[in-house]
Amino acid sequence: MNSALDSKNQNTVRPDEFWGALLDCATKEVFQLMVQTELTTLTGTIEGTPAGDTTAMVGLAGALCGVLSIRCDARTAESIAGRMLGSVGAVNPDEVPDALAEICNMVAGNFKSKITRLADNCMLSVPMVIRGEDYEMVAIADGEQIVVCLGYETREIWIAIAVHP
Amino acid sequence: MKRPRVLIVDDSSVMRKIVERSLRQAGIDLGEVVEAGNGIEALAAVREGPFDVILSDINMPAMDGIEFLRQLMTIDAAKGTPVIMVTTEGSESRVVEALSIGAKGYIRKPFTSDQIKERVAPLLEVLR
Repeated sequence: MNSALDSKNQNTVRPDEFWGALLDCATKEVFQLMVQTELTTLTGTIEGTPAGDTTAMVGLAGALCGVLSIRCDARTAESIAGRMLGSVGAVNPDEVPDALAEICNMVAGNFKSKITRLADNCMLSVPMVIRGEDYEMVAIADGEQIVVCLGYETREIWIAIAVHP
Repeated sequence: MKRPRVLIVDDSSVMRKIVERSLRQAGIDLGEVVEAGNGIEALAAVREGPFDVILSDINMPAMDGIEFLRQLMTIDAAKGTPVIMVTTEGSESRVVEALSIGAKGYIRKPFTSDQIKERVAPLLEVLR
C-alpha cells in the first residue's frame, strides 16, 4: 500500500453517530454566549432541506476535510447580528454577513474542539457568506453530510457539515 | 488611573465591536480604542504610538495574528506591550506558538466579558 496514503487514512477523522449531537451542542453554546439566545432542537420534528437566503461557510482542512455551513433567512441573520452587537435599532446591513460569518467560524472552532483528534489537526479557513434567493447547497459527491436544524425564536437555522470522502 | 489605549485586531468588524463592548462590560475604563483588520494594519497602528494592551485574532487574511506577533516583537518600542490572542482556534499548537513568541495569554471565542476581564484586567494593573 502507498505509505503516504496509508498515513493519510490513519490521520483522517471520520464522522460518527455522536457528531450530530456535538454539532447541536457546539452551536447552542455559541448562540448562548454571543447572541444571548437559547436555540431549540428541531431535528426530527420538521421535514425538508436546508433553506434560507443567507449561508455562511467555513472550510475545514487536515484530519477532516469539508465545509461547515449555517443557513437561515435574511430576517434571522439580521436579528442574530443585532443581538450580537447589542443593537436597539436597525443593524448596518454590511454587518449582517460579517456577524453570521463569525458565528459560523465560532461554531466550527467550538465543534472541532469537542473532538480530541480534530482540535489540533484541523485548520479553519477564513469564512465566507453567500446571499441570494433560490439556490441549493449540493453536498460533495460520495461524502457524508450531517445536518442539524435548530429553532431561533420562531424560525429555523440549518447547520451542516459536508465531509469530503 | 491612566485610561488604557487599546488595539483590537480582527478581520471581523462585528467581532472588534464585541471585544470593545466586552471590555467596557468588564468594567475596564477604556481610553482610545484603535481597530485593525489584519496584522499589517495593526503594525502600522503600533508604529504610530504605543498601546497599553493589544487583543488580536489569529486567523486573518493578509497577515495573521502569529506573524503580527512575530513582527511586533522586533519593534523595540512595542516589545513590552502585552498581547492577548482572541481566537476560535482550537489548535493547541497555534496557541502555544503564540505564547512562545510572546503573547501573554489567549481567550477562546465564544467568550464572556468575565473571561475578558480575567485575562485583561491584571495586565492593566500596572497602570494604577
